[in-house]
Amino acid sequence: MLPRLNRRVIITVAAATAIGLTLSGCVGDAEPELSDADCDTYADYGTFDGEEVTISGTIVEVEADRLVESWSDFASCTGIEIDYQGTQEFEANIRQLAEGGNPPDLGIFPQPGLYADLASSGFFVPAPEAVEANVDQFWSEDWKAYGTVGDTFYGAPLMASIKGYVWYSPAEFEEKGYEIPTTLDELNELADTIAAEGDHNPWCASYASDAATGWPVTDWIEDYVLREQGTEVYDQWYKHEIPFNDPRIVEAFDSVGDILKNEDMVGDVTAGLSIPFGEGGLPILDGQCSLHHQASFYEGFWGDGVEVAPDGDVFAFILPAAEADAPLAVTGGGEIVGAFSDSEAVQAFQAFLSSDTWANNRVELGGVISANSGLDASLASSALLEQSIEILQDENTTYRFDASDLMPGAVGGNSFFKGIVDWIGGESSQSVADKIEASWPAP
Amino acid sequence: MRTADLIEKIVQVGLGLAVFAAVIGLILFLADKAPKKAKDVVQLVVFLAPAIILLAIGLIYPAIRTSILAFSNKAGDLIGLDNFAWIFTQPDAVRVVTNTIIWVICVPLISTAVGLAYAVFIDKSRGERIFKALVFMPMAISFVGAGIIWRFLYDYRGSDREQIGLLNQIVIWFGGEPVKWLQTEPVNTFLLIIVMIWIQTGFAMVVLSASIKGIPTEQVEAAQLDGTNGWQRFTNVTLPGIRSSLVVVITTISIATLKVFDIVRTMTAGNFDTSVIANEMYTQAFRANEPGRGAALALVLFILVLPIVIYNVRILRKQKEIR
Repeated sequence: MLPRLNRRVIITVAAATAIGLTLSGCVGDAEPELSDADCDTYADYGTFDGEEVTISGTIVEVEADRLVESWSDFASCTGIEIDYQGTQEFEANIRQLAEGGNPPDLGIFPQPGLYADLASSGFFVPAPEAVEANVDQFWSEDWKAYGTVGDTFYGAPLMASIKGYVWYSPAEFEEKGYEIPTTLDELNELADTIAAEGDHNPWCASYASDAATGWPVTDWIEDYVLREQGTEVYDQWYKHEIPFNDPRIVEAFDSVGDILKNEDMVGDVTAGLSIPFGEGGLPILDGQCSLHHQASFYEGFWGDGVEVAPDGDVFAFILPAAEADAPLAVTGGGEIVGAFSDSEAVQAFQAFLSSDTWANNRVELGGVISANSGLDASLASSALLEQSIEILQDENTTYRFDASDLMPGAVGGNSFFKGIVDWIGGESSQSVADKIEASWPAP
Repeated sequence: MRTADLIEKIVQVGLGLAVFAAVIGLILFLADKAPKKAKDVVQLVVFLAPAIILLAIGLIYPAIRTSILAFSNKAGDLIGLDNFAWIFTQPDAVRVVTNTIIWVICVPLISTAVGLAYAVFIDKSRGERIFKALVFMPMAISFVGAGIIWRFLYDYRGSDREQIGLLNQIVIWFGGEPVKWLQTEPVNTFLLIIVMIWIQTGFAMVVLSASIKGIPTEQVEAAQLDGTNGWQRFTNVTLPGIRSSLVVVITTISIATLKVFDIVRTMTAGNFDTSVIANEMYTQAFRANEPGRGAALALVLFILVLPIVIYNVRILRKQKEIR
């Protein structure tokens, strides 16, 4: 009995040690390095002795590490302890947390619809003056509007991204003497020229993405609604002030259909539904097609050894405006910060996040951009991001959030995608628009 | 996370477990010390209560709520049979029901037939175990995994590009043009059905093979002495001998097929006219934000599964009586 008991004890101790050792690998005991940062920059925010601010959002992994790094100097200089919790379930859970009286101090919202929803339920604290002053100084009216619900301004935008890029091969353009088009008509002429020269299709297209198959085409439609019909129609469209099957929206479908449902432009029209969207633009590298419409994040899809630069293997130009002298309008995504608490430490942090200092800090760490006009574009980590910052900072640029993110989930996350699958499969623009309109949830 | 936090968390978990153990111990102790007269009743209640409470929370309450939802609209007002009218009149929804019926006819019949044939042919052959393992292995793969594997098999690339799908590569070897298999209706539904058959055949084969081995050798020998040929022995001895197993296999596969969701979701996401009830239920309830329609589909599914389950349970009970 005794030796057996001993063995049990040994096994238990051994297991506990092993688990302990493994778990200790998970903890980073290294205290955050006391930075040698110049605290003068942060002097205006005041000092708080170890006051804690919790902030939460959908940003995770490397992006979350960079986010935390972007405010580490601020934290050590002001003495505010900032605790960031990143989870992809943030959007699903935040409402329950708020209703349960247990939300974080600040939330980073990628969906303006959800943001407005929480604001109108009275969960947010209006933005402090310092934040509003920053936003008035550094952001355009379009952006401020996404942080405003009713007449109250609740919070500043954070980062941004741009959709509606057209990827191309600079080498091919130079060799054949193609020019970057400046209007949608010129773009179509360019595509016709490429088609006429004959050895390959002008456009690459692919839309497969599991349950969200079809979404790349929704970006097309949004870009065309915004460019051909203007911001007013675009806003009425996603707010459902005009029906989804309004003739102007159907017209945008038809304009896109001239490209995507045209065999001379994309080859086999329905093939795109079977090919994963991530592979869509790759044939450009082999010279099998020349143009591909996809957001700025596609930079990460080209693979190792492909240089993304104006003189590299591939680069992108923004889908042009309808008229040559018309101001550029772009669609994209971004985040807005909402505050559930109005303690002084939270307000100081909120003000810092809306400042040009933060935007520069974060962009310098790489991978993202912001629409903050105090941002130094040369800090961007790639030529494409630099170009994106310049587009966003241009005072003439109109910016609109991706409409499918602004529509109710039943449309923007379901019937719009399904409609696109049917539309590419051969259904008419009118009948697809009618179907999507019918699926719009009753208010 | 620092070491201090980690230790704190481990202590918290340890404390929680200790409290739980203490409470359970106390309840069991009290149940044991109950007055003699009521002892049986008290013990019965103490041991049954957790299961009954969990069943009530996890099964009975949701079932009732789903049934109520099925007759409500999004705002929660009762709207009678509108959701069901939608299922049986909207062309898209009718298609979903038709597809489910195709699935539930094809999968149990074909996988049982193939499994039975395979079991009979490899019976008592050399290397029977290996043959069995080969067919049984797909059972070990999750439906999602199987869906992904087969999606690669059916994958399509334009004829000017290199194919990565086996099926299309074979078509090209024979001089054909690549086909968009998963987009071509109605072939696509049957291509998905093949995946389910591939998984379920192993189950049918293993159960039926065991059952065949249970047929008394005397019967087989007697039939041989009577001068029967192989087919006659199969229809007159083997089949009657495994009848009850056959029923269990067919009903079990039918239930699994009625509930099929993963394969459709991973391979086509219900696009291209391939949706089935379980997939549409999920889409309506959680993507289209129409919980009423989702609940109505769930109820239809429940009603379809119910008779099969009842039949299955009765057969199982009969078998037990025989034993």
